[in-house]
Amino acid sequence: MTVLAMASRGAPKAAEPPAASLKGVTRHYRFPGGAKTLHALGPIDLDLRQGEFFSVVGPSGCGKSTLLDVLAGLNPPSEGTASFEGKPITGVPDGIGVVFQEDASFPWLTVEANVAFGLKRAGIDQAEIDRRVDYAVGFMGLRDFRQSYPAQLSGGMRQRVCIARTLVLQPRLILLDEPFGALDQQTRLIMGDELLRLWRETRATVLLITHSLDEAAMLADRVGVMSARPGLFIDVIETGWPSDRDSRIVADPRFGEMTGRIWEKLRTETMKHMQTQGAGPR
Amino acid sequence: MSSKAMSSKTLPSKAMPSQTLPGEALRNIVPPIVLALVLILCWQGLHLATASGAISSPAATLARLVVLMGSGRFWLDVAETGTAFAWALALSIVLGIGLGVVLALLRPVGEVMEPILVTFYSLPKVTLYPLVLLIFGLGMPAKVAFGIMHGLVPITLLTRNAITQLKPVYLRTAKVMRLSAFEAVRSVVLPAIIPELVAGIRIGFSLSLLGVLIGEMFASKRGLGFTAVNAMGLGDLDTIMAIGLFLALFAVLANSGLLSLERAIRHRSAGR
Amino acid sequence: MRYRALVTLAVVLACVLALELACALGWVARTVIIPPSEMVGSLRDILWSGEFNRAIALTLTNVMISVVISIAAGFVLGVAIHASDFLRRAVEPYLASYYAVPTFIFYPVFIVLFGVNSAAIIAIAVLLSIVAMITATMNGLDRIPTVLLRTAKIMRLSPVKTALMIQLPAAAPYFFTGARLSVAYSFIGVIASEFILSGDGLGYAIAYAYNNFENRQMYGLMLLIVIAVTLVNMTLDRLDRRLQSRLRR
Repeated sequence: MTVLAMASRGAPKAAEPPAASLKGVTRHYRFPGGAKTLHALGPIDLDLRQGEFFSVVGPSGCGKSTLLDVLAGLNPPSEGTASFEGKPITGVPDGIGVVFQEDASFPWLTVEANVAFGLKRAGIDQAEIDRRVDYAVGFMGLRDFRQSYPAQLSGGMRQRVCIARTLVLQPRLILLDEPFGALDQQTRLIMGDELLRLWRETRATVLLITHSLDEAAMLADRVGVMSARPGLFIDVIETGWPSDRDSRIVADPRFGEMTGRIWEKLRTETMKHMQTQGAGPR
Repeated sequence: MSSKAMSSKTLPSKAMPSQTLPGEALRNIVPPIVLALVLILCWQGLHLATASGAISSPAATLARLVVLMGSGRFWLDVAETGTAFAWALALSIVLGIGLGVVLALLRPVGEVMEPILVTFYSLPKVTLYPLVLLIFGLGMPAKVAFGIMHGLVPITLLTRNAITQLKPVYLRTAKVMRLSAFEAVRSVVLPAIIPELVAGIRIGFSLSLLGVLIGEMFASKRGLGFTAVNAMGLGDLDTIMAIGLFLALFAVLANSGLLSLERAIRHRSAGR
Repeated sequence: MRYRALVTLAVVLACVLALELACALGWVARTVIIPPSEMVGSLRDILWSGEFNRAIALTLTNVMISVVISIAAGFVLGVAIHASDFLRRAVEPYLASYYAVPTFIFYPVFIVLFGVNSAAIIAIAVLLSIVAMITATMNGLDRIPTVLLRTAKIMRLSPVKTALMIQLPAAAPYFFTGARLSVAYSFIGVIASEFILSGDGLGYAIAYAYNNFENRQMYGLMLLIVIAVTLVNMTLDRLDRRLQSRLRR
């Protein structure tokens, strides 16, 4: 059961080739030393439009992170095809950036060194590295902390470091796996604004995985609602927000309608998940 | 003995927080000094209590140490032991870290080898000394082998553990940045485990030294271990105690130095 | 998990077979190492003939005495140090460096003091093992979640009851780890001492066989110790793991 959103309210980019594409993608996990397999994901059909902000919401364990793994080339699909910019994904493609849920900042490097990390080996000359690092550090508000170590920063600041580190690589597709999960609500809202700023500035395609309905509804152009495991898209909702939005959109009356629609689909799935909790690994 | 139990050889869990206020610093320095004084007093008491000073007094031990350190023979012994120890330690570190990295990256191989290494670690390795002597004969190579026998395995196990217990997100980040395996090890894995590597080196240090000394006590005509056993044959307690004191001071200094280094590095990476 | 254990066993067996082959093909000199099959034969002879029963008994006795002393004294000292803030601050820097010192170098001291007998051996073995028990005891007491102690206070339990009903069970896995380490170190201390210098015991028997070029006997004895110590350590390790997983979150 797959659903593709056909309604495109004023989305002029439908004619362009998709930034990334998944067709009939499933993922099965084999348990070590056993014959049992876990059907973790799919089948998934998804066309990510160039430059869109797509959010994935779903109950825990539905396979959201697995979806990200496939898109990032970290794990191949068990069935189906995954492609990025028209080419099949084998290994991690060039042009993809990932921000993980856990803090991935390297504690042994300063903020500056962290941000510059990916560039050092890409064969880019030092002047360009300095320029990009300077830009990213400024953009993410880390200027005063360039020489600090992540251990001295708060959780939110560390995530900014991780985002800055991804930003300098100038990715065309940015994948984020519940990047603000460890942060408190207010910080999350601010970080959401930062993310939108980032998206507008880089014009990259963004896929955000979140368990927060509000976050999905507020930030995304389209919201993919996933079922309980094995995860499928049970709905893809067009939000139709203007591209210059920020967190104050919570005041918009349509915001409540949007979250209501998402929750309507998600509620039964979440209850289904809670009933099967403990039946298997995440 | 599980390899995780090895960490209980380092610090008791409640590490004292680093204090900067003079009052607190005093509270941390005074008790150990008091204890040391009490122990020295007990030592002196034992000396007085036993017949004809069977146990040498602290003063006598110190005096003997000073005499020894003035003698050429002593420093020849130190050089002998030191050379074997230096070689054993260097090889244990290089081979241990290398092997640890390999066993960590080749997961199945590592998981199969771990019980074997852990079992070897908890054996009385002295049991295997005859085999080493039969292979290497008496002399420096055998001593170095003894040292490596003691120092290699803990370093390997600690290195491997450090890597397998790395936050998975670091490796995923390396993958996502498309680093080759070699680059990932060099720029992510090794920097991340440096505190654990220092801890491993610290433990390898002590154990290599022990291995070399025991080897000398059993099968050598030179070196500090031999001199101690020789002195025993002559009933010369002062010399044994002096050598013991010398080695204890050396070991404690080195260990404290490495411990401080480890703490300094850990402090910076406290975010983990 | 069991699959992995079988593979490990297979690897060990493969190495043994490789050695057997190397000996049979003459790649390894008989003067250096004898084939594993002969080692096993020698071991069987040793056990059958009863020639070394006394030595085995002596070594085991020494180990057991050392274990009992280390665990008992180590536990008491650990509790005492944990209870007294002053003692703790006094002892902590030394504990951290204790295992750095090659304490074994003091074995000759005990020989001079007690003569070549069990007392010296037990003394050095205790010196080696006691600190592991002390640190494990302190560690265990440290790691009792404070919330359990507060629960005890609210239930108005007496100090004795608190110790027996809450602290002991909560810290038991750590105490057991200390005991396990004491056993391992006691074996190491006793056998190393017997080996370096003593008049009897398994370690001495190996050194004697080595010095008299009795390779077959020597390897049989070595095999005996390796197998015995490995079995003891593995059993204790398994128990330790079970305790750890059952009583800890």
